[in-house]
Amino acid sequence: MAEVLVLAEHADGDVKKVTVELLTLARSLGEPAAVAVGDVSDELVAALGAAGADTVYVAAGSEFSDHVVAPTVSALQAAIEASHPAAVLVPSTADGKETAGRLAIRTGSGVITDAVGVAEGFVAEQSVFGGSTLVHSKVTTGTPIIAVRPNSVAADASAGAGKRVDLTVTLSDTDKSAKVTERVAEEKAGRPELTEAAIVVSGGRGVGGPEGFGVVEALADELGAAVGASRAATDAGWYPHQFQVGQTGKTVSPQLYMANGISGAIQHRAGMQTSKTIVAVNKDPEAPIFDLVDFGVVGDLHTVLPQLTEEVKRRKA
Amino acid sequence: MKIVVCVKQVPDSWAEKKLDPTDNTLDRDAVDAVVNELDEFAIEEALQIQERLGADNCTVTVLSVGPEKAIESVRKGLQMGADDGVHVVDDAMHGSDALATSSVLAGAIDRLQPDLVLMGSESTDARMSVVPAMVAERTGRPQLTFAGKVDLDGDTVRVQRMTDYGYDVVEATLPALVSVVEKINEPRYPSFKGIMAAKKKPVETLALSDLGIDPATVGLGGSWSAVEDFAARPPRTAGTIVTDEGDGGVKLAEFLSAQKFI
Ligand SMILES: Cc1cc2nc3c(=O)[nH]c(=O)nc-3n(C[C@H](O)[C@H](O)[C@H](O)COP(=O)(O)OP(=O)(O)OC[C@H]3O[C@@H](n4cnc5c(N)ncnc54)[C@H](O)[C@@H]3O)c2cc1C
Ligand SMILES: Nc1ncnc2c1ncn2[C@@H]1O[C@H](COP(=O)(O)O)[C@@H](O)[C@H]1O
Repeated sequence: MAEVLVLAEHADGDVKKVTVELLTLARSLGEPAAVAVGDVSDELVAALGAAGADTVYVAAGSEFSDHVVAPTVSALQAAIEASHPAAVLVPSTADGKETAGRLAIRTGSGVITDAVGVAEGFVAEQSVFGGSTLVHSKVTTGTPIIAVRPNSVAADASAGAGKRVDLTVTLSDTDKSAKVTERVAEEKAGRPELTEAAIVVSGGRGVGGPEGFGVVEALADELGAAVGASRAATDAGWYPHQFQVGQTGKTVSPQLYMANGISGAIQHRAGMQTSKTIVAVNKDPEAPIFDLVDFGVVGDLHTVLPQLTEEVKRRKA
Repeated sequence: MKIVVCVKQVPDSWAEKKLDPTDNTLDRDAVDAVVNELDEFAIEEALQIQERLGADNCTVTVLSVGPEKAIESVRKGLQMGADDGVHVVDDAMHGSDALATSSVLAGAIDRLQPDLVLMGSESTDARMSVVPAMVAERTGRPQLTFAGKVDLDGDTVRVQRMTDYGYDVVEATLPALVSVVEKINEPRYPSFKGIMAAKKKPVETLALSDLGIDPATVGLGGSWSAVEDFAARPPRTAGTIVTDEGDGGVKLAEFLSAQKFI
C-alpha cells in the first residue's frame, strides 16, 4: 500500500492535535507517514510514531523554520521523491495552505484546500458558501495535495512503527529569501489555539467594551475553550485581531461554538457555521444568530455568562 | 519604485452565492460584483508608500485578471489614486482555479517587472488564501504574506506577518511580494477629483498570448482538480430558544451538560 504523507505541525517538541487527526485520516487511506520539518528532536519523532506514523521523514534544522513557507515546500518535495506517496495531507491553516499551493506548482500536482473530509479515492469534501453547500472534488493531475481543516476528523492515535528517515534537502537562495528575524507572541498563554480548540467562546459588540471580554474569558477558561471575537469587537480594539472569526478572520469548526453578543452577520457565519453544536446568548430575540443555534438564550450576557460559569464550576466540582 | 497591486473582482459578499449547475463554476452573473475588500487595503498601502516616497519616485499600477467587467475593479483602483492599470482578459480563462490564476498573474508580473507586488491575503469568494504564495513561487519572489504592517528601508522590505500567536517580523530584499490583512490601514474612498481623473488614466488590456501563456493550461480544461458533485447542505434543525428569567445560565448549563460538554 502506498504511503500517505502528513505534514506534521509541532511546537516546542509536542505534536499538534491536527497532526494526530491527519495521521488518523491517512491510516484510512493508505500507510501513514509523517514529514517533520525544523526543530525535530528524537522525542518528536517518537511522538509522531506514537500518534500513528509508520515512517517519519525528517528535515531538521533551523534554516527550515527561520524562513517563510518555501523551505517546508522543499522538504515535502524531497519526501515525495523518497516516498512516492498516494497523496499529501497538510493542515488547512494559513501556513499549511500556502505550503500546499507552492508544493502543487513545484510538483505539477492539483491541490484542494479547506477539505472537511477525504474519502476513498482521495475524494475531498469541502463546505463552501458559509456551509450552505457541500462540494466533492478530486485532484486529476499528479500527486493529490489536500489541505484538511483542523477538527474535521476525530483524532485516534494508534501507534505506528515510527521509523526515522532523514531527508537530504538543499535549500535554494529563493527558498531562504524571506527571513523571519523575530517572533512576537501576543496570545494570552494557557488557552488552546483558536482553530484547533474543541470549544470556542466568542464575544461581539454586545460585550460592550474591552473589559466586557472578562466574562467571556472566565467562561472560556472554565470550559477549557479558546476565545474568539467578531469583527465589530476586533475593529473596536476590544480584542486582538488574530482572534477574529469570520470571512476575513479565522475559520473555526469546533465541537461547540458559543456566540455571545454577536448578531450573526453572514460574514461572521462564514467562519463558524460548520461548528458541530452552536449556542448563542443575545438580548435581541430577532438576532439572526438564533437561526443557526442548537440552543439559544435571549438575555443579557453580563448576567447569563457569569451564572453559566458558576454553574459549570459547580457541576465540575 | 514600481508597485503593482493585484485586485480581484468578486461577487458582493452580502449576496447569496450559487454554483452554476452546467459547469460547477461560480455563477458570477447572478450577483453584483465589487472589488475584493482586502485588495482595497493593498491599494491603500501602495498609495501610502507612494505618498512617502513622492509621486516622482514611485508608480502604482493596478492589475486584475478576470472577465470583461473586471475592468470596473481596475477603475476603482485608479479612482482611489493609482497611476495606471493592466487588465488581463481572455475567454479561455473561464473557470480558472488558483493554480491557473496564479500563472496568469505571474506572467503579467514578470512582464511588468515591479519592485513590489501588493495583494490582499484572501479573496472573499475563493477564500483560499493561496494565490499570493503561488505567485511568489512562480515569480521566485520572497513571500511576505499576511502582513499587518509594511516598512520599506532602501531595498529592504520588512513586514509583520500575522500568526496564530501574534506576529513574526519577516525581512527580504526587493523585488518582493507582500499580501496584506485588514488591520494594516483604512482604505480611502475615491474623491470626486479622483473619479474624474481616473477617466483619463491608461489601462492596458492583455490577452494570454501577450503573456506567452498556453490557453489550454488555464480555464476549466486546464485545471488539475475537478468538482465531482455538489449539494445543498441540509438546513440545521431549529434549535431551542429560551428567554432568560434569571435562570438562563443554568438552563444553558443543563443543555451543555446533556450534550456532554461539561
Ligand atoms: C467584507 C466584509 C468582511 C467581514 N468579515 C467579518 C469577519 O471576518 N468576522 C466578523 O465577525 N464580521 C465580519 N464582517 C462584519 C459583519 O458584517 C458584522 O458587522 C459583524 O460581524 C458584527 O459584529 P457583532 O455581531 O459583534 O456586532 P452587531 O451586529 O452590532 O451585534 C451585536 C449583538 O449583540 C447583542 N447585544 C448587545 N448587548 C448585549 C448584551 N448585553 N447581552 C447580549 N447581547 C447583546 C445585540 O442584540 C446584537 O445582536 C465583515 C464585513 C464585511 C463587509
Ligand atoms: N483574478 C485575480 N486578479 C487579480 N488578483 C487576484 C486574482 N485572484 C486573486 N488575486 C489576488 O490574490 C489575493 C488572494 O486571493 P485568494 O487566494 O483567491 O484568496 C487577492 O486578495 C488578490 O490580491
